[in-house]
Amino acid sequence: MEWLSAQEWQAVALSLRVAFWATLLSLPAGVWVAFILARRDFPGKQLLNGLVMLPLILPPVVTGYLLLLTFGPQGPAGSALAKAGISFAFNWAGAALAAAVMAFPLMVRAIRLSLEAVDPKLEEAAGTLGASRVWVFLTVTLPLILPGVLAGAILAFAKAMGEFGATITFVSNIPGQTQTVPSAIYAFLQVPGGENQALRLVLISVAVAMGALLISEILARRIARRTGGT
Amino acid sequence: MLSVSVSQAFEGFSLNVSFEAPQGITVLYGRSGTGKTSIINAVAGLLRPTAGRAEIHGRILFDTAEGIWIPPHRRRIGYIFQEGRLFPHLTVQQNLLYGRWFAPGTARRETPDRIIDMLGIGHLLKRRPGMLSGGEKQRVAIGRALLSGPEILLADEPLAALDDARKADILPYFERIRDELSVPVLYVSHSASEVARLATTVVAIEDGRVTGLGPARDVLSDPTVTPLGIRSAGAMLTARLVRHHDDGISELDAGGLPLLLPRIDHAPGRTLRVRIEAQDVMIATTHPTDISALNVLPAVLTDLRQGDGPGVLARLDAGGNTILARITRRSCDALGLRPGMPVFAVVKAVSVPREAVGDHPGRHV
Repeated sequence: MEWLSAQEWQAVALSLRVAFWATLLSLPAGVWVAFILARRDFPGKQLLNGLVMLPLILPPVVTGYLLLLTFGPQGPAGSALAKAGISFAFNWAGAALAAAVMAFPLMVRAIRLSLEAVDPKLEEAAGTLGASRVWVFLTVTLPLILPGVLAGAILAFAKAMGEFGATITFVSNIPGQTQTVPSAIYAFLQVPGGENQALRLVLISVAVAMGALLISEILARRIARRTGGT
Repeated sequence: MLSVSVSQAFEGFSLNVSFEAPQGITVLYGRSGTGKTSIINAVAGLLRPTAGRAEIHGRILFDTAEGIWIPPHRRRIGYIFQEGRLFPHLTVQQNLLYGRWFAPGTARRETPDRIIDMLGIGHLLKRRPGMLSGGEKQRVAIGRALLSGPEILLADEPLAALDDARKADILPYFERIRDELSVPVLYVSHSASEVARLATTVVAIEDGRVTGLGPARDVLSDPTVTPLGIRSAGAMLTARLVRHHDDGISELDAGGLPLLLPRIDHAPGRTLRVRIEAQDVMIATTHPTDISALNVLPAVLTDLRQGDGPGVLARLDAGGNTILARITRRSCDALGLRPGMPVFAVVKAVSVPREAVGDHPGRHV
């Protein structure tokens, strides 16, 4: 491809990879947290809710710095994970972690809303028919919240594609390593004559975001037709 | 055989009941808000009572004294909810087979074809619940509960959400469950006509206590047991359909007592149960002549029960049948009624609606 330089291509590929893994790996946790927030009462529920929502309200730079303190080479979690051979320091995995943390509130919120729309009486009925809690969740709850899970995942993916502040603070802006599309746009705008390169990446960002929304719309409609029963 | 005892404190009253439900349909009969649903929810495992115990065929479902609480999904009960509660994302067929999937291999298994046929839902299998009418939904819900291989069927006012025509459609299916399947049913109702049609055993509940317990005919004709108040009292007779007359009247025989009712859609020879509401029965001390009512039944007054208002509930013995009559205290005084008096019970044929006549349990055995 001639219309994108190697550096631009790298940024796009890296962004897609970061967003994909950030979304995929945080999805089970997102469903689980949304479920206990929507359905369970326990001490510290408000605290958990606050913690999950915090990245939405905090300046991204603060979230990034907190990640650096925790998961950086000298941080408590970071040094413990380093012994297991896992490192989030200045690599694409770190970028994915930052993106996942920033996208998590949006994902949980969407899933929680759809969970709250599911009538617990249906789950009760499934229980009387012999389904254990796990089976009730898998055969009744999950199919009914699928549109919400999907919306949450797409939203998280889009957010992860666009995440900038926390990423650049946590894992810096290393081309080929941690330079995602937003970081690359920022870097190009710092050099004279980089506007054209930046503009191409901006167009790609818009195209990816639009594509994601379109796909989610189509899938959601297909699921609604299947579960709506009308 | 299910045996249950449940104690639970509610705001304003406390529930304290204990009863056994044998084969057939056992109806928990009482006003709304007397704790009937709490009882079957305790049996189902959806509500944990303060104290109590339930056991089915010797298997303990819960025992608060022993600290035993089997979770709902391991109780092997089939629950028919008032609102159906079908799974909207599954087809009718998938709904029907849902519980079967979880049933242990040892569970009693009704074949799906038989149940689908019995409930007349074969043509709905491919549809989703959103496409069904209220009555169809409830039939599927009944089938779904039956096909989960339950040891007992629980039904919480399963007809309450339906209009009268749909109710009349569904009632016969419960009669068939009672008469053709061996699964016992615990059925919550506040409808006198449902009780008269379906109940094998009645557990009358007033103010959180059991006030009457036994075979339906005995409990319903006991003037001291009126869980819905004296106004909706009514006795139940067992009668054989003798013949249909050309003028649209059907003739029944209740143990030697002839009974004329509007045309009944059953073949002669069938044994039926007929509910006669106490407020539709008049009492005369001499045989009335030149009267439009078709049924003038010689009887003996056996019991009088004063209501709270101006009404009196009289129990009459007509050829071995118990009939209840609700009259005013003024009439009672004017006629000088007292127990032991020979009287005539006057019943207008048209006052017995079609819904009040149904199959008698055990007919198919």
